[in-house]
Parts: sequence; C-alpha cells; structure tokens
Amino acid sequence: MDLTAQRVTLTGGDGAGAEAKPRLADRIDAWLPKIVLAPTFVCALVFIYGYILWTAVLSVTPSRMLPKYEFAGLVQYEALFANERWWLALKNLALFGGTFVLVCLAVGLLLAILLDQKIRGEGFIRSIYLYPMALSFIVTGTAWRWILNPELGIERLLHDWGFENARFDWLIDPEMSIYTVVVAAVWQSSGFVMALFLAGLRGIDDSIIKAAQVDGASMPTIYRRIIIPSLRPVFFSSFMILTHIAVKSFDLVMALTNGGPGFASDVPATFMYSFAFTRNQIGLGAASAMMMLMIVVAVIVPFMYSELRRPRHG
Amino acid sequence: MAELFQTRNTGHTIGRVIVYGLLVLVCFYYLMPLFVMVTTSLKSLDEIRAGNLLSLPQDPNLDAWGKAWSSACTGVQCEGLAGFFWNSVSFVVPAVLISTLIGAVNGYVLTMWRFRGSDLLFGLLMIGCFIPFQVVLLPMARTLGAMGIANSTAGLVFVHVVYGLAFTTLFFRNYYVTIPDELVKAAKIDGAGFWLIFRRIILPLSAPIIVVSIIWQFTQVWNDFLFGVVFSSGERQPITVALNNLVNTSTGVKEYNVDMAAAIIAALPTLFVYVVAGKYFVRGLTAGAVKG
Repeated sequence: MDLTAQRVTLTGGDGAGAEAKPRLADRIDAWLPKIVLAPTFVCALVFIYGYILWTAVLSVTPSRMLPKYEFAGLVQYEALFANERWWLALKNLALFGGTFVLVCLAVGLLLAILLDQKIRGEGFIRSIYLYPMALSFIVTGTAWRWILNPELGIERLLHDWGFENARFDWLIDPEMSIYTVVVAAVWQSSGFVMALFLAGLRGIDDSIIKAAQVDGASMPTIYRRIIIPSLRPVFFSSFMILTHIAVKSFDLVMALTNGGPGFASDVPATFMYSFAFTRNQIGLGAASAMMMLMIVVAVIVPFMYSELRRPRHG
Repeated sequence: MAELFQTRNTGHTIGRVIVYGLLVLVCFYYLMPLFVMVTTSLKSLDEIRAGNLLSLPQDPNLDAWGKAWSSACTGVQCEGLAGFFWNSVSFVVPAVLISTLIGAVNGYVLTMWRFRGSDLLFGLLMIGCFIPFQVVLLPMARTLGAMGIANSTAGLVFVHVVYGLAFTTLFFRNYYVTIPDELVKAAKIDGAGFWLIFRRIILPLSAPIIVVSIIWQFTQVWNDFLFGVVFSSGERQPITVALNNLVNTSTGVKEYNVDMAAAIIAALPTLFVYVVAGKYFVRGLTAGAVKG
C-alpha cells in the first residue's frame, strides 16, 4: 500500500489543537469524513468481528435448540471430531477443493495461453467461456444434476452414440458423487480463472520475450521459463479465490447432490447448515463454523505471508 | 502478447488450426449445459424419455415454462416461481442501490479524505471479504429475530448490504485512487466542502465504477442462496431457494422440462445483465480479484 505522507488532510488528529480556533462549521466539516465512514466501520466491527466472537462463544456452550450461555469447554469440538459425518465432510472438502483448484488453474492457464495467440473473435470466445460465472450455483447445480442424470443424462447419450455398456452414474455413486461437484464447479469457475490469466499475460513486457527470442530460445521454453513464472501473482490471487469458493461451496452441493447419496458428498458448509438450522444443534453448528473459519485462515494466511514477503518484481 | 507458433510455414498453419479447433471445442463444452437446458425445457416429458440430452425438440412448446412460472410445486404450495421472482426483485434492488451508494461514499473518504487510521479501517473491512459466512449465520439469525425483521424483505436487504459493503467499498476506493489529487485539492482550497466536492467532482467521474458495482452486487445478491435459505422461509423466499425447492419437490413424476425452465427463469436476469454489460461484469470480477 502506498500511504501518502505528503497528503494534507483537514483532520489533523492530535495536531489540530495547534491551529487557531476553527469555526464550528469547519470543525464539523473536519469530522465529516470520519462520521461518514463510522457506520461502515461499526458494521464491520459488529457484524464481522463481533459475530465471529459470538459464534466462538456459542461453540463452547451446550446450546442445542436455543442458545444457552454456560461454559461447557470443548465438548462441542469433541463431539464434532467424534462425528463420522464431519470427517467425511472434511475429506470431501479436501478432495473437492484440491481437484477443483488444480483443474481450474490448469484449464484457466491453458485457455488463456490459447486465447493469447492473436485469435480472431477473441472477445466473443472469451464471453462464452465466462458466462457461467453470471449464473447462480443453484442454476448450475440444477442443470448439471439433469445432465448427469444416471438414467437419462450423459449415460443415455453414450448409449445412443454406440457405447452400449457405458455407465455414468456418479450422482448416485457414493465414491464418485463429490466429483460431480468438481465437474460443475469447474464448468462455472474456470472461465473466470482464464480471464485472470489472460489479463496477466497481457501485462507481460514484450521486450523480455523479444530478447529471449533473439537469444534463440524456443517458444515453449519461453513460456516455461519466462512467461508462466512471471504469472506468479495471478496464480496467487486465483488460488486464493478458488480456495475461498471451495470452502464456501454450499449452494452447488445443495442443488447438485444435496449432500447425497446419504451423506456421501457432504462438505463442511452443508454439515454446518444441517446441524445449526435443521437439527437444532446450535453449539455443534457453531463449532463447525469456527472450524471452517480456521480452515480458511490456515490455508490463506501462510500463503499470503509467503507471497507478501517475496520482493515484488515482474 | 506472445505467439506459440512463430515462423510462417506449414507448422505455423497446422498450429493455428489446432489452436482454433481447441478453442471452438471448449466453446461447445461451455455452451452445452445452456443448450441442454433450453432444449429440455421445450420438450414434452415423453420426448425427454425417448430422446437424449442433445436431441432437438420435435414439437417445441412452452408448456413447461408456463408451469414453472405459475403452477409448479415448490414444497407445499404450487404457484410456480412467479411470486418468488418478485420477492427477489423486491430485496435485490434496494440492497444493490444502498450498498453501492454507501460504497461510493466510503471509497471517497478512503481516498480523498484520508485520516490517521483510515487505511487500517479499510484493511479491517477487507478481511470481511475472506470469512466464510457460516461463521456469522447463527448470530445474524438471532439479531434479525431480535430486530423483528426475520423472514422479511427488510431483513434480507440489511444482510446483503452489510456483507456487500466490503466489496463495493473496495471497488470505489480502487477507482478513486486513480483520480488525480490536484482536482480535489484545488476544490478544497477554493473552499468547497465534503459533499459539494463529492457531488460536483467525484460523482460525475464515477459512472463506470457505479455500473461495475451495481452489476457485481446485482449478480451476487440475486444468485445468493445461503442467506436466502437461512434468513427467510415460506412465501418470502428468494428465487434461488424456490428453484431448489421446486427441483427437490417430489410429487409423482419428475418433470425435468419444468426443472430446466425454472432454472432458466432464475438465471435470466443475471444472464441478461451479462449479455448487455458483460464488459463491466468482467471488470467487477477482476477488480474483486485484485484484492488478493
């Protein structure tokens, strides 16, 4: 952040007393920016930080249907980690998140490189790749639930194309159902990653590439050694966004598999919703929400730290 | 811009063909679900059972659309999506306008009227973009209940404004940072006040970022499911929740054509915005991404 030291603001904070006595109107003027920003600040303080604290408090109480503010230690966390469904949700998050992020990064980068070859109609193609991003995850889930329909969906299509023994019933296969979420999520988000990479590619200094060409480097080598490494910041922000989408993913799972078959495609977000709002286990729900927050912090903070420590170049 | 295939020879031509081929193939992949949705919604159930995903409707009709709009069951009631569509409109419009307006003023303060600690405030607000909302749901449900706006339009507007502010503030701040200081400094020396500068100098320059913010917020709020399903029930639910209920309501035969028509109805407003103002939509997406 480039904080400006040279900017003279009207509100000097502590230094204000040194000036001649200002008129009342001026004083109100001087405070106006702070007054204007105050509601947002209070909102953030209360509805973000205050509520995180509140949820943390709920997670160490025995609350079930109604909040009950007695300290109960870590019983909810113990119950959480004794719950097989929670472990399954964590495992699914790891499987889904890992595959989703990797595939999106790979597809996004590949498409961006292809689109960066002076393509005719680039704008049009780009807008086709990106439109799923405008849809709700519920719409995406509904569409893919039909496409992946074990009877009438892709399986039928494959049969009609002559692959008579083809089977494609991931939606009702407990082992595979979480990957249907990957398929739909990649469809929805990969175009966005493409747009980020494309913007990154356009920002690369041409002269470096020209210089490498003069030195006789082949194009694939230039991509591998110069262009892709210089996209590091794009990898960084894409990774953050995708991880974030993965941990928050709730709508898509609800619409596509509803956590099923059974609990086979449960993720922490659906687990939290189910315990906090339909099974009246507020304490347990709060504990699972806190764990979700910790997962986000655990993934993003070290990553941010290592990235921000690197000297900025390129 | 760098090209994989440099030299003008046969290799070059083959390379171009492969690149274009791949790009077009991927286009089909992205368009396929939309195609399937539209064609399925125009078929009859018999035709769906007889054909496959990619077969074209033999006798296209809008029966499924009519049913999805006005008579399909979304749980106990069977009045289609119409009411829920207007529910969504009724809270999305105020939520988008209010959060954009506050975001604009916030951005203005954070760039043109910085004070000690204002960057810290901005940082605190930005962390709000990163939290999984599950961590605020339970307290917010209690709060809305206590305020008497649980399960109401006002409640949803409130929630969406509060959690949308981080993004709208970010948009406007990052945009206003690029406006030269001199403009505002000169106005301050001339004695123009806080609001006058905002109205006369800043707002007239803000058209593009206002569009970006409105589109971003509109897409986010319209497409939201989590807040809708937690903070509203019954007739008050937004369209995303109603769509999910419609698909999961199992009374007799599963009507895939109605499901698809309903899904398209729920998607139409945001798709429309994307078609009309895609450029701004993408700008919002990437602006949101720069935060990382």
